[in-house]
Amino acid sequence: MKPFRTHRGRVAPLERVNVDTDQIIPKQFLKRIERTGFGQFLFYDWRLSPDGKKNADFILDQPSYQGASILLAGKNFGCGSSREHAVWALADFGFRAVISSSFADIFANNSSKNGFLAVRLDEGEVAELMRRSREANDYHLTIDLEQSEVRDDQGFRAKFPMDEFVRHCLLNGLDDIGLTLQHEAEIGAYEARHAVPVALLSSQP
Amino acid sequence: MEAAIRSWEGSSIAVRRACRNPVLCDRLKRRCPALGLRTSYSNVFCNPLMAAKRTLFEKIWQRHLVAQPAGRSPILYIDLHLVHEVTSPQAFDGLRASGRKLRQPARTVATVDHNIPTEPRGTPITDAIAAKQIAALQSNCKEFGVRLFDMDSPDQGIVHVIGPELGLTQPGMTIVCGDSHTSTHGAFGALAFGIGTSEVEHVLATQCLAQQTSKTMKIDVRGRLEEGVTAKDLALGMIGQIGTDGATGYVIEYAGEAVRGLSMEGRMTLCNMSIEAGARAGMVAPDEVTYAYVKGKRFAPQADEWRKAVECWRGLPTDEGASFDKVVEIDAAQLCPFVTWGTNPGMVAPVTGRVPEVRSLKEADRRATELALQYMGLEPGNRIEDIGIDRVFIGSCTNSRLEDLRAAARVAKGHHVSPKVRAMVVPGSQRVKQAAEQEGLHQIFLDAGFEWRESGCSMCLGMNPDILQPGERCASTSNRNFEGRQGRGGRTHLVSPMMAAAAAITGHFTDIRNWEFQS
Repeated sequence: MKPFRTHRGRVAPLERVNVDTDQIIPKQFLKRIERTGFGQFLFYDWRLSPDGKKNADFILDQPSYQGASILLAGKNFGCGSSREHAVWALADFGFRAVISSSFADIFANNSSKNGFLAVRLDEGEVAELMRRSREANDYHLTIDLEQSEVRDDQGFRAKFPMDEFVRHCLLNGLDDIGLTLQHEAEIGAYEARHAVPVALLSSQP
Repeated sequence: MEAAIRSWEGSSIAVRRACRNPVLCDRLKRRCPALGLRTSYSNVFCNPLMAAKRTLFEKIWQRHLVAQPAGRSPILYIDLHLVHEVTSPQAFDGLRASGRKLRQPARTVATVDHNIPTEPRGTPITDAIAAKQIAALQSNCKEFGVRLFDMDSPDQGIVHVIGPELGLTQPGMTIVCGDSHTSTHGAFGALAFGIGTSEVEHVLATQCLAQQTSKTMKIDVRGRLEEGVTAKDLALGMIGQIGTDGATGYVIEYAGEAVRGLSMEGRMTLCNMSIEAGARAGMVAPDEVTYAYVKGKRFAPQADEWRKAVECWRGLPTDEGASFDKVVEIDAAQLCPFVTWGTNPGMVAPVTGRVPEVRSLKEADRRATELALQYMGLEPGNRIEDIGIDRVFIGSCTNSRLEDLRAAARVAKGHHVSPKVRAMVVPGSQRVKQAAEQEGLHQIFLDAGFEWRESGCSMCLGMNPDILQPGERCASTSNRNFEGRQGRGGRTHLVSPMMAAAAAITGHFTDIRNWEFQS
């Protein structure tokens, strides 16, 4: 996993609440068996009309938000389906982080497994960043995971919460399967105490 | 540690109740001669010394803790891992890339459900990418030794339908699947939640997950549900009340007279929709209804093992007086048949109600409501019963079990689908389909003009050819009315199976409480 320490990037404001993972990456693209190449399908139904033409009004296709790497969105971002493809699509498109006042639990979990940041600020702070990013042409933010802080060049500064262990893994790009396997002996001991039910073993597989 | 034990023994009841340290608790258990001698299966969840008052969630969580490394997320053991074709290929690739094996093939069970066609089995799959994904699951299961209920298996079905019907799902278990509706299995008093593909790989490799604990929420449903008001209506009413993020960060336990009165199918419907309120898991404490459902199922404990298992499960329900982080009360008498009018499951109104006036809403909700109504092609103040429909979908992991089909067939019997409506019934599994056919339900549906199809997720998410056309309006028994969920431009209204069947016949939403049933 790619470590995340500090990232400075252009901000794109997506002024919608409850952005569900069906919008982030529609189902017809979930049939691919690879982890890569999902960026082209990000927000597909919002970005492209049914005949495949670009919707010039959509925020990510407006000139002042080209190349944005930080997405700003309304509350409850990433709700709905557990599809990790949503995070893969955001990252593949070029985003390193989403800032919102709340995230669905599974989306937040999936983010942390991909070196992608789900940054939670309070509603007032998100509203202020929305205003600044709309008003300024080429608005940039810095997300500093070491300080757990978001800041801009005009004096905005806000701390964000992050589980300490998740932060540690993100900062160091750690593979948490490897970390769990450090507890091989305890897993083995647990399994010795709780055998697999007989019925499950019958005529396996 | 000795100091910790002394401190614990000298502490107040409140502090003891709050004890969440499994290592300390394990030591205390070993120290206590009474508990030390009682090594029977039944004491697994019943440890009076450890914490006098615990919730169902806390009992299962604590029992499955493998390790609590300092400064890290606790490591939780997973009893059952359900796998399907859409969220697993990248996880198996990850195992291959790192040279890892599947740790517990016997605790891993796979099926195909999300993208398979519901045409008669044997019809070639014309979608080459879908066919490739199915083939990938087949070869991965073969390579890693996973039991697969494939397309042609009599046990194939939606993963959350077959787990319970095969007896794989049991009280007290930890169950995960790369699908958010894994919350369904909580109906059995299991801790069951959806995970992403990275976590699928983690469980395949370690049979564990590194997890932060959740907060607990009790949803207490007082009173009884009126005739015609179902578990689906309870779920929709609950989400309407607390919102689509009302339970984010929580595990819900459903309790109260109305919940106790639900069948296992009803409890599954309710727990299934927990994720639509933001909760990763929803649970119902097991009782005689649960045991009667599980008993005799293919993978359920048998004979003496069954007796021991039930004895153990009886220790699961939340202790009297245990505390929750949040309690929500719902008055069952206030519930009615509901219909969603918007683009998330919290945008819901009684069938006798109207689409809300945007002016009457809080400012923060206005824009989302305007966007939703624009997408849905509705105006504020429209009467729900005046909304005409083009399609009906009866199916999905929420409402595709035998009881759901019986309820819909009872409504359909002796009637005919409106000439302007195309209605399909998609049983949740091959076993459900077969049982329904034995009862003649398929004939009732076919006579009434419904399509009777093969099992799968189908039009719940439209990954297979079953999709809405742009602008088509659908009464659906599924779980999500998100934009484009059932097909780009499609408009989904979530309802119960009875309400869906009635809408198919009249061509618009109809209060099932006034229905004229034909015998």
